[in-house]
Amino acid sequence: MSVYLDNNSTTALDPQVLDAMLPYFKDIHGNPSSVHRYGRLTRNALEQARDQVARLAGARNEQVIFTSGGTEANNLAILGALSHKAPAHLAVSSIEHASIIEPAKSLFKKGWKLDLVNVDSGCYILADNLKSVISEDTRLVSVMMANNETGVVQDIQSLKQGIQSDQILFHSDASQVAGKLPLNFNEINIDMMTLSSHKIYGPQGAGALIANRSIELEPVLYGGGQERGIRNGTENIAAIVGFGAAAELAIKQLEETQKHLRSLRDQLERELAAMQNITLFAAESDRLPNTLQFAVNDFDGEALLMLLDKKGIAVSSGSACQSSAGAPSHVLLAMGVKPELAKHAIRVSFGRNNIAKDVQILIEALKDITLIQHKSMCVG
Amino acid sequence: MSNLKLPIYFDYSATTPVDERVAEAMIKCMTFDGNFGNPASRSHAFGWNSEEAVEEARGHVAALINADPREIVWTSGATESNNLAIKGVAHFYKKNGKHIITSKTEHKAVLDTCRQLEREGYDVTYLDPEPNGLIDLKKLADAMRDDTILVSIMHVNNEIGVIQDIAAIGEMCRERKIIFHVDAAQSAGKVDIDLEKMKVDLMSFSAHKIYGPKGIGALYVRRKPRIRLEAQMHGGGHERGMRSGTLATHQIVGMGEAFRIAKQEMHAENDRIMKLRNRLWNGFKDMEEVYLNGDFEHRVAGNLNVSFNFVEGESLIMALKDIAVSSGSACTSSSLEPSYVLRALGRSDELAHSSLRFTIGRYTKEEEIDYTINLVKQAVSKLRDLSPLWDMFKEGVDLNSVEWAAH
Repeated sequence: MSVYLDNNSTTALDPQVLDAMLPYFKDIHGNPSSVHRYGRLTRNALEQARDQVARLAGARNEQVIFTSGGTEANNLAILGALSHKAPAHLAVSSIEHASIIEPAKSLFKKGWKLDLVNVDSGCYILADNLKSVISEDTRLVSVMMANNETGVVQDIQSLKQGIQSDQILFHSDASQVAGKLPLNFNEINIDMMTLSSHKIYGPQGAGALIANRSIELEPVLYGGGQERGIRNGTENIAAIVGFGAAAELAIKQLEETQKHLRSLRDQLERELAAMQNITLFAAESDRLPNTLQFAVNDFDGEALLMLLDKKGIAVSSGSACQSSAGAPSHVLLAMGVKPELAKHAIRVSFGRNNIAKDVQILIEALKDITLIQHKSMCVG
Repeated sequence: MSNLKLPIYFDYSATTPVDERVAEAMIKCMTFDGNFGNPASRSHAFGWNSEEAVEEARGHVAALINADPREIVWTSGATESNNLAIKGVAHFYKKNGKHIITSKTEHKAVLDTCRQLEREGYDVTYLDPEPNGLIDLKKLADAMRDDTILVSIMHVNNEIGVIQDIAAIGEMCRERKIIFHVDAAQSAGKVDIDLEKMKVDLMSFSAHKIYGPKGIGALYVRRKPRIRLEAQMHGGGHERGMRSGTLATHQIVGMGEAFRIAKQEMHAENDRIMKLRNRLWNGFKDMEEVYLNGDFEHRVAGNLNVSFNFVEGESLIMALKDIAVSSGSACTSSSLEPSYVLRALGRSDELAHSSLRFTIGRYTKEEEIDYTINLVKQAVSKLRDLSPLWDMFKEGVDLNSVEWAAH
């Protein structure tokens, strides 16, 4: 028996997505740049997937640039939009994923001024905080649409409107939002947005940067001229087809999925609220329907993760990408959570495959583990 | 001939189908009943199992080229590997010098990266190959300078299939303490590579050229002497900080399986493919005005690049709807420019324009070769019948002496 509650880290591929991908491993194996029949078939598939992903994003197909994943899309947004410009200023939120913070820091090393805009205790970026760092020098702002750890959803449209400058590019990482909440790139009027396939039951190895055509993007990878020369390298057709199929399913199932995830999350939240020694993070904030971050007070988070794993329950402390670092979550620290408590954080992220029984299994396991531990701690 | 599946695929250098065994291994790492976890997840078995699969695959890739698994960095493909190697070295070692040597017949991923570095203030020498496609080592030595930090030469050319003497170039670079990068996208699994012996510092690999999936590649980064790189993709610090981004487990497992199979089967497969390639060439070589592009001896088994003089390549491809071939690299085939590789060999525009690249692979059958020989012969003779230039040539007119009227 195993219960997977780490869907913000990666999701299992939907079997329907796999079915859509399989022909592109074997029968339709061309290189989309080839002019012959095999090439044309893959090119058609590429363009169909572009339509599907555009629909998920609320964008036009010509605004979709396929990449190898969310990390590359984020790098392309930051480095592609700025690296060919004279050093000036950029602002990103302090709770961004490493794939935004690190490229921003690499620009900082090259002479750019960088502001990391802080969040309040509810994990919200305040429009005033953002405005206060904006100047004539500012070239780009990046604020994620929903945080991968707390699940808190930012009001991107208001933040964008608050800036009131057409000279500043606004990027938002929507990797965690796709498939959980509706997306409408063109309506919220931002310039760039990141999507990732493997967070929406598509395969790993595909992502997209949604970008207005007017933005001059310098490639991160140079080469054969694919994706209008912005993202070079033979297209990962099977994965892109899978991404497209996953996008299609996400649109179709959005309402149902949302409802399902929210009911599981709310059920867990109620159960946890009734227990002692539990701290819920950002529980009052507007969050993704599937995400819940909490701590068992005074109970070492790492130990709890391991004990849960022994019982076949997979959760995490936060971002998978940083889960080897052992440091407390930078997101919780930014919210003003004390390091000792932040270290105990556990993130539960539900997925389509989870059922109500999974919540019960988790609750039982938590009670079981923490009870035993509390007793032994009393002895010490 | 009715049992032939048309069009016949002769474009294995553009991309290969995924081997059944590879597809099977990949499918096991995707859905809920399989190994779908994020290998960076440190808190549960789903993550650990994926990490284990990733490391096993790393071992398979390393084994084919006789390297240490710790020297393998996963990327999204050979384009990224080439970018990471060249920009990564240029940026990291810029204090040692800003001169780079490469050749005019490299893949676009190398050439365009070098052009970008020129815009950043680096100095790049683009060597002319000899008419047979090979680099003259003396010319390479002459190009080396005190401020040369990097030499990037491909192992096997994607268009003409010629094999460069990587071992010798490696010796020359090591003597002068110049870092040596090799694009091996077209050679892995086709030519023996032993990185214990060859003094190569960085080597780029692709999975989809050897029956693995698209969207995955690797860069070999030598540990002794240690080569440092500036990361090009920043983020979660995967791959020891050299390449961030969630590792796509199923793709990595697919690449590992493809390399494992290649190690086991490449010698037998090469013999078979070479026979087919020679059979194809024997079918063409007695035709009039047919030219082989690139050296025949130092050539990978599956490649045949031929110019059919007095026939326009694009028309020929259109006339050959039953076979899938290219007139150059897939990445440049949508443009109507003649192949820059053939131009670099000194081929005339006409011959470069009339070239076809046949690349043969794991699933090519003898009857497909025979069918193709007939088909090409017929198409060439039909197109030549329509060509006034062919008429003039047959009448003995020296076309080079003709003065064409300007319009």
